Amino acid sequence: MSNAPGKEPVAVVGIGQTEHVAARRDVSIAGLVREAALRALTDAELTWADIDAVVIGKAPDFFEGVMMPELYLADALGAVGKPMLRVHTAGSVGGSTALVAASLVAGRVHGTVLTLAFEKQSESNAMWGLSLPVPFQQPLLAGAGGFFAPHVRAYMRRTGAPDAVGSLVAYKDRRNALKNPYAHLHEHDITLEKVQASPMLWDPIRYSETCPSSDGACAMVLADRAGAARAPRPPAWLHGGAMRSEPTMFAGKDFVSPQAGKDCAADVYRQAGIADPRREIDAVEMYVPFSWYEPMWLENLGFADEGEGWKLTESGVTELDGDLPVNMSGGVLSTNPIGASGMIRFAEAALQVRGQAGEHQVPGARRALGHAYGGGSQFFAMWLVGAEPPLS
Amino acid sequence: METEFEVLRAPLVVEFPFTRSLGPVQSAFLTGLRERTVLGVRTTDGKVLVPPVEYDPATADELRDLVEVAPTGTVTTWAWNPEPRRGQPLATPFAWVLVRLDGADTALLHALDAPGPDAVRTGMRVRIRWAAERTGAITDIACLEPETEKGPQTPRQVSAHSGVFEGEAAVAGIIAHARLDYTYSPGRAQSQYIHALSGRRTVGERCPACRKVYVPPRGACPTCGVATEEQVEVGPRGTVTTFCIVNIKARNLDIDVPYVYAHIALDGADLALHARIAGIPYDQVRMGLRVEPVWSEDARFPDHYRPTGEPDADYDTYKELL
Repeated sequence: MSNAPGKEPVAVVGIGQTEHVAARRDVSIAGLVREAALRALTDAELTWADIDAVVIGKAPDFFEGVMMPELYLADALGAVGKPMLRVHTAGSVGGSTALVAASLVAGRVHGTVLTLAFEKQSESNAMWGLSLPVPFQQPLLAGAGGFFAPHVRAYMRRTGAPDAVGSLVAYKDRRNALKNPYAHLHEHDITLEKVQASPMLWDPIRYSETCPSSDGACAMVLADRAGAARAPRPPAWLHGGAMRSEPTMFAGKDFVSPQAGKDCAADVYRQAGIADPRREIDAVEMYVPFSWYEPMWLENLGFADEGEGWKLTESGVTELDGDLPVNMSGGVLSTNPIGASGMIRFAEAALQVRGQAGEHQVPGARRALGHAYGGGSQFFAMWLVGAEPPLS
Repeated sequence: METEFEVLRAPLVVEFPFTRSLGPVQSAFLTGLRERTVLGVRTTDGKVLVPPVEYDPATADELRDLVEVAPTGTVTTWAWNPEPRRGQPLATPFAWVLVRLDGADTALLHALDAPGPDAVRTGMRVRIRWAAERTGAITDIACLEPETEKGPQTPRQVSAHSGVFEGEAAVAGIIAHARLDYTYSPGRAQSQYIHALSGRRTVGERCPACRKVYVPPRGACPTCGVATEEQVEVGPRGTVTTFCIVNIKARNLDIDVPYVYAHIALDGADLALHARIAGIPYDQVRMGLRVEPVWSEDARFPDHYRPTGEPDADYDTYKELL
């Protein structure tokens, strides 16, 4: 989006997130989003008055029973008297919310936009929200993991991936989380054996290969070229951003590698001038709620040929010190406030190219991909950010 | 389209109790109500907001300067509610009022107990009627009632309040019940599908454009965006395309674990439906297993699927359906 002629370059000049935990009983939802937003403003050294518009995203309404966050949270986010928009694309919402905010800057509608996503899973009930007692329909038999586990088995069958790959991903992400003070799970005594010894919940998915339920919020301040020039710290520049969707169920849907995901990635790479993502992208933060989705998305996003994604994982390429680090933050497997999870991925990509990822920094990361998906592999949102401004 | 069957309809009630952590300001406000004290918050420019908020609507500043206001006030506007509904503050007809409590600069929404609309007017003086049992909720104010004695007309001075009350622990959270009442209809296509199931037949619909057969049908092809009308009976046998073994008990499901949850492509269908597999040890279920439905009395859907005994389907015959 940023490379098209006449569009304003978009920079991430501020990033803030809460320390994600199982339950934040000390704050209201307003207090939670406020915390992330203030940290993003502090990072950008801006005040509420500098913000032109606010774009907010959250999980589906009945997950936590907040139907109109744009009304309830306007005071907390300094949005009174300003445009405030709400974005809604299931689990990918954090990513698409950031992209809507970016489009307002790219289109020169606003110069400085605050974007934020949140979830208090401790005060919501995602399982109920996903399994309404709809008359005449058979109840969903197995919960969210039961929805995704058969697709993991299909991936294993299709590629011949060995059983251990899923555990390797979980072991890696949980160790990465130990370097991230904002991550929810800090399992200091994690071992590969412990991951592999954890109970099978939805065979082939083990307990330790699933994401936790978290409370948390993430915010970013996006600015135009002038705002980036004033920023006190290096900005992350948007080189490409795209969203795609497809129906949850249709004849010919490839649940292992959805067409909408492939198309979304191709669009981002085209905008960013990326011909070989495996070589040209330094770090990837992708939405992996169940560990097997790492190799699946590596293929879907073009980092590996079909059937080859698991080899990158198995050979250590996706480790923090590997050739293509994946989920440096610890990923969704270590932190999952659903509504915020997509934005945390996008923010991590930006932190990496700003050189501000702390202990989980990939040295010299110049280009990083942030990825989110949601629904029944139905919505996709991605952005590619770089340390340098986009050409043009 | 003419239909020879009834399009189904049924009530759908979506009802969850949501917990809410209150944060410092709402916690003080609701704890105060329990102690028969109404707290407001002072904004940066000195206004008193009742009910209090955490952040200044004008400046976005964090607000923590609590003050106590009076249990008496003035109606600023109102609407008569002739037919109270379930869960409303009063069971008899009442007025919804915005009342500016003495000392406050903003108005609070609540119910006014009045004999009829003729007894209500903007500017009338009212006072809080406290609930006999108070738990730290907005319903601790049972309602407002007309002030019978002539009270002081000048606003009482507000006094600063720490927000801390003696006695029981502060109210840190509430449970907010949300309920939506729908009348649900699955529409023409699914009603027809369900009607056929009652005769133990599975009938999908073929897309006139891509020729794919949808089961269950939804009346339109999501890929081509055209209506589907041609009825196609599929199954009853099918192939397990993929599956998982469920080891944790799902809420409200009376199924012993472990059990197998499978995607089954019925013969003739172009996408898989989801069902349980039984009649075979769970660890012997495999991709390609041939299965058939097992019905129980009076059930709308097959209870589960079981092996037919046929040889497994070749991977190439169903790999496009994964």
